[in-house]
Amino acid sequence: MSAALVLRDVRKTYANGVEALKGISLEVQAGDFFALLGPNGAGKSTTIGIISSLVNSSGGSVEVFGYDLDRERVLAKQRVGVVPQEFNFNQFEKVFDILIAQAGFYGIPAAKAAERAEHYLRKLGLWDKRESQSRMLSGGMKRRLMIARALVHEPDLLILDEPTAGVDIELRRSMWDFLIELNQQGKTIILTTHYLEEAESLCRRIAIIDRGQIVENTDMKSLLEKLDVETFVLDLAAPLGEAPSLKGLEVRLRDARTLEVAVPKTRPLNDLFVALGEKGISVLSMRNKSNRLEELFLRLVERNLPAGGGA
Amino acid sequence: MKVSFQWVAFHTIVAKEIRRFVRIWPQTLLPPAITMTLYFVIFGNLIGSRIGDMGGFDYMQFIVPGLVMMSVIQNSYGNVVSSFYSTKFQRSIEEMLVSPMSATTILLGYIAGGVARGLCVGVIVTLLSLFFTHLQVQHILVTVLVVLLTAVLFAIAGFINAIFANKFDDVAIIPTFVLTPLTYLGGVFYSIDLLPEFWRMVSLLNPVVYMVNVFRYGLLGVSDVNVVASLAAIVMFTGGLFFWALWLLKRGVGIRH
Ligand SMILES: Nc1ncnc2c1ncn2[C@@H]1O[C@H](COP(=O)(O)OP(=O)(O)OP(=O)(O)O)[C@@H](O)[C@H]1O
Ligand SMILES: [Mg+2]
Repeated sequence: MSAALVLRDVRKTYANGVEALKGISLEVQAGDFFALLGPNGAGKSTTIGIISSLVNSSGGSVEVFGYDLDRERVLAKQRVGVVPQEFNFNQFEKVFDILIAQAGFYGIPAAKAAERAEHYLRKLGLWDKRESQSRMLSGGMKRRLMIARALVHEPDLLILDEPTAGVDIELRRSMWDFLIELNQQGKTIILTTHYLEEAESLCRRIAIIDRGQIVENTDMKSLLEKLDVETFVLDLAAPLGEAPSLKGLEVRLRDARTLEVAVPKTRPLNDLFVALGEKGISVLSMRNKSNRLEELFLRLVERNLPAGGGA
Repeated sequence: MKVSFQWVAFHTIVAKEIRRFVRIWPQTLLPPAITMTLYFVIFGNLIGSRIGDMGGFDYMQFIVPGLVMMSVIQNSYGNVVSSFYSTKFQRSIEEMLVSPMSATTILLGYIAGGVARGLCVGVIVTLLSLFFTHLQVQHILVTVLVVLLTAVLFAIAGFINAIFANKFDDVAIIPTFVLTPLTYLGGVFYSIDLLPEFWRMVSLLNPVVYMVNVFRYGLLGVSDVNVVASLAAIVMFTGGLFFWALWLLKRGVGIRH
């Protein structure tokens, strides 16, 4: 398999001195569905900004399908489509005109541009809005318009920076289906998201970035297997004054009637109930604390905190 | 192949720019028509009839070339500075930056857009002047060349202004404090030969003086300055500004972080 995207030691220090990227290296294979995860301010948008020529890098190199972004600019750029995190439309421009202009900037002649614009507007359920000014669209529609705009030159690599932020559940599902369809047609997709469920259900590979560094880069399955502890939330029958000590288990009293217990995967759950029984604590119901990936994510990011520091 | 794709991109910008100023014509095409008509009525007709000759022509004939030039300057500059600044402000400039379009194409596209508006207004003002005086053209080539160069030069200047602008105020500062004084003192309303020697010399430092005079030469056949040298200077100045703008754009000054 060939690489759709190769980042080599990409660095960025902003004019105000913020070191947003401390040397990022990453390889995304053609045809992959890749998640780039990280807490706020980790450097995800900066990375995408460098790939899409919106941010000047301070070092390193970017290659798209083997074309160097600096030396073979045109060939590299024709293959990338970007959906930015923030809306960046001309407020007064009409939906249809936005797509036509974007196609034009990629050198696509007018007739073909009109055909493509119609195709993608229909695909994203915006055809009825083609004559509306972009400022008249709802947030979810604007997101979809950004996706349509990023596809109008039919790039092989699609990069989406939080494509489903502020999008309702139903629409999010249909956007997922659409992205899966694009991926099945052979497009490489990279997305950032704060909805870990999204990454877990869509992406095959995942990289986690924290404070400008990649702290994990692996396939989703082996990452989830790494998760060695599972946290359960127990609703108690009677209130407790303080967290009971259960041998070898990490326990936290969330409130008087809710207990959180972290159980290593290697230990049978029975141990937990035996220990609870010994203390005379009865449990009414039990559930997983969070999505598995979320837990892993928090642990990875926590582990990465500088010694003694962090909140 | 590569040329034709940059050509499509260039064409896209120009079409977009023209559509923009035509759509908002009450802000772009109407005001200069009204202002210039007022100039023709007040300076040309009412006051002009008391002034008598200027440079060998009646005052109305004398100021028409200057007023046409003034409209071209203001409008090519104004179009680019406000349009390019607003794409920067709304971040829709990112649509261009992500594309494989070259910096040269972007710059040329905006210049062409500014020139289109400058010429459009120039033609409107010229047509309006026909209600007040008759038009004559002595040297058609010189006339066309100098109008075109002037429009290009001020379109580029507007582009540079937009690159450095960080807020809407910055878009108005240069036109108000630099452009307006330069044009009013640029020999639009008077022949600089009327000035005392010192002020005449100072006026010669004003590039607008050359543009207005060469244009007046094209129409009326008279000029306060050397026509060929002026044209050469305008070409050089335009070239200099072009490469400065291109360099700024390539570096991403005021555009990329
Ligand atoms: N234009 C800028 N000037 C200065 N610093 C910036 C700029 N843009 C981003 N930063 C800083 O760079 C760091 C990385 O920001 P970035 O936007 O890449 O994070 P992110 O991972 O996309 O976060 P989020 O999940 O909140 O979108 C942050 O510390 C941010 O404050
Ligand atoms: Mg971001």
